[in-house]
Amino acid sequence: MVHKSFLDRIALFGRSGLDIIESMGRSLIFLWHVLIGRGGAGTGLHLLVKQLYSVGVLSLAIIIVSGLFIGMVLALQGYSILVDFGSEQAVGQMVALTLLRELGPVVTALLFAGRAGSALTAEIGNMKSTEQLSSLEMIGVDPLKYIIAPRLWAGFISMPLLAAIFSVVGIWGGAMVAVDWLGVYEGSYWGNMINSVDFYDDVLNGVIKSVVFAFVVTWVAVYQGYDCEPTSEGISRATTRTVVYASLAVLGLDFILTALMFGDF
Amino acid sequence: MRIRAVEISVGVFLLAGILALLLLALRVSGLTVANSTDTYKLIAHFDNIAGLTTRAKVTMAGVAVGKVVAIDFDTETYTGRVTMEVQSRVNNLPTDTTASILTAGLLGEKYISFSVGGEDDVLKDGDVIYDTQSSLVLEELIGKFLMNSVNQD
Repeated sequence: MVHKSFLDRIALFGRSGLDIIESMGRSLIFLWHVLIGRGGAGTGLHLLVKQLYSVGVLSLAIIIVSGLFIGMVLALQGYSILVDFGSEQAVGQMVALTLLRELGPVVTALLFAGRAGSALTAEIGNMKSTEQLSSLEMIGVDPLKYIIAPRLWAGFISMPLLAAIFSVVGIWGGAMVAVDWLGVYEGSYWGNMINSVDFYDDVLNGVIKSVVFAFVVTWVAVYQGYDCEPTSEGISRATTRTVVYASLAVLGLDFILTALMFGDF
Repeated sequence: MRIRAVEISVGVFLLAGILALLLLALRVSGLTVANSTDTYKLIAHFDNIAGLTTRAKVTMAGVAVGKVVAIDFDTETYTGRVTMEVQSRVNNLPTDTTASILTAGLLGEKYISFSVGGEDDVLKDGDVIYDTQSSLVLEELIGKFLMNSVNQD
């Protein structure tokens, strides 16, 4: 009896491992179909514009407001730390480097996962549970091409742009606090920043990061929606999974990317 | 009309994103469009480069005229070899120009400063500056000062 349950446990363990591997494989095949199976232009551009609106434009408000506040907080904190060393004029450099290298791409990706990713999952999941996806297939329209691909591309395109807007607004908010409020000399705020920020090392690496995050977050979101259990409970679980998996993937990848880009091996 | 509004707002969003990238490139990182071909390389050996890093400024009379592109250790002379790129419009540096490593402020970053010599020949691409002045190491300075005050007693 004990022996059997032990075997059962091993079998169960193996099955859950196989399930995880299978789901990873399915998501990769899914991505392959969406990206490669995009033959024929058709009405693709029109669909993409619509998705860019709901994924990108509607996320602008939260990105701008959080960018502004994060920039202002960075300037405040940086000032209160740096003023002890008498180098408060380096606050511009600190704000810019922090935003461009880390907070811009990462916070944008986290907000994007919460704001746009969960909406994507819920929308696609609802389409699946009301059998809109299978009706599309029935009338000979590929749902991967018509529903999924525009959403995936909209995510890829809009997130790097959102991250850039986030950084610019944050740097401007930092300038507002540091220069106008705390009285750091304006010339040294911008001058130190320009001297220490390198286009290739800092700006471009930040853009690369946000492209990678955009890829991961949107992929997780549309896959979870497409693969969810077609019940209301299944949709709610898939939406939760989107936010959790996407956030964890972003934070984990951020460490790896930072180590590759800025860690001197 | 509704679709037109959506399209216009998407266009504005794309423009804003590209504008933000441009701002980051030009205003924040100070990227200049000038190509890097109009520079020439100079090499200098220093006994101690402590704290100098690549991308550090090379200045003359306080004006930035180039940057440090490589730092390595010369195994033959046991010195630090610093390779610099100098703008080619500064093409009249005499061969006995002095290169010194200085510090911006008391704790600031290190940079290289050229002071002009008196020779008629000028430095060309790949030439070596022999007259160098090493980085000031605060600990050594304090050590010397303490030794002096002990000796005086």
